[in-house]
Amino acid sequence: MIETDIIIIGAGPCGLFAVFEAGLVKLRCHLIDSLPVPGGQCAEIYPKKPIYDIPGFQEILAGDLVANLEKQIAPFKPGFTLGERAEKLEKTEDDFFMVTTSHGTLLKAKIVFIAGGLGCFEPRKPPIENIAYFENKGLDYIIKDPEKYRHHKVVIAGGGDSALDWSIFLADVADEVVMIHRRTQFRGAPDSVEKLMHLAQSGKVRLITNAEVVGLRGLDKLQEVVIQQQDKENLVLPTDHFIPLFGLSPKLGPIADWQLLLYKNSISVNTLDYSTNVPGIFAIGDINDYPGKLKLILCGFHEATLAVQAAYRIIHPDKKLTFKYTTVNGVEAF
Amino acid sequence: MDIIHLTIIDREDFIHLLEAPVDMGLNLMEICKASDLPVMGTCGGMALCSSCHIYILSDHTLPEKTEAEENMLDQTFSVKPTSRLGCQLKISPAMNELVAKLAPESD
Repeated sequence: MIETDIIIIGAGPCGLFAVFEAGLVKLRCHLIDSLPVPGGQCAEIYPKKPIYDIPGFQEILAGDLVANLEKQIAPFKPGFTLGERAEKLEKTEDDFFMVTTSHGTLLKAKIVFIAGGLGCFEPRKPPIENIAYFENKGLDYIIKDPEKYRHHKVVIAGGGDSALDWSIFLADVADEVVMIHRRTQFRGAPDSVEKLMHLAQSGKVRLITNAEVVGLRGLDKLQEVVIQQQDKENLVLPTDHFIPLFGLSPKLGPIADWQLLLYKNSISVNTLDYSTNVPGIFAIGDINDYPGKLKLILCGFHEATLAVQAAYRIIHPDKKLTFKYTTVNGVEAF
Repeated sequence: MDIIHLTIIDREDFIHLLEAPVDMGLNLMEICKASDLPVMGTCGGMALCSSCHIYILSDHTLPEKTEAEENMLDQTFSVKPTSRLGCQLKISPAMNELVAKLAPESD
């Protein structure tokens, strides 16, 4: 079990900066994020996009902002649990919060900051009837162990880097790889597109374009996919696995079940300190909502700062927090 | 022309008659959001999500899709030849009387 002062759910820019503010008042933090790296939307959606409204930076790439924040908070040695989703948030008998992640990791603290942004990034799922039935019965959204597909038949759908790279890789693993794409053009790296074309010409990968998978069939497991083709009859292909690779999109997920006051998928907060309706739980950044809220990183930075002050008073009710400028005291590393 | 008129059909097939100013640099996603239509605009208009996926039902001539828009439409579903991302359509006089329908939610 991990014990800390503040559990921060979401390691995007606001969650990361909260570590800095907490560190200034000697509070330790541990961050949880479902992505395998810190950075949230900045890392996952738009790392190469320039941001123009971070104070002090005329222009900064989103990925560089995350890198800068990681350097800024390094003196306060935050812990990270990455690639795991915060599933349960419960109160303990000794008045702490216990967070359980999707991998069973337990974290305990008096304070929780929810800096979940738009929610957890999850694979986009095609709108195919009965798709949920075939999950883990031949349908995979993520490839964890390619050996699983050795000597099997695989259908991959998608037109980006992920679909291209896995089609190329599994061509040497699976007995049959069929790649389905809605268009004739691919949006992956040119090298990967070229490799795929060679594999298609040599027959190692069967490429079906202007098509999409519209049906899944099977009894206890996936046995066939139904492919809709432009200007042609539907095609039914026997297969052992279907892997749709259409990127990730954010979902509120378990946060919706934590008894927090929500407004249109956002957590309502008190603008005094960005506390939620549950004492000890705060919400900062894009995940929260209040009159006049702007979903800007700089607003999240401000919210993190005020929330930390309130968190300190909960953790140390008998101590007086004296406001100090960093220009006076510097940054005292842990 | 300072204001154009748009007809947007939502996912329950209700028809919404909207007005949009042409001189504020807004796009179709922003107009839908401002009119309380169920368009998330998750990425804020960068063509990095597909929550503003819309079908253009009238025969207006619109700017060609950029590569970014094509790439994003590749990652969504229920795509038709009339599919566009609302965030990539800047409100202009040429869009007056446009009729469009919100695509099914896929995000």
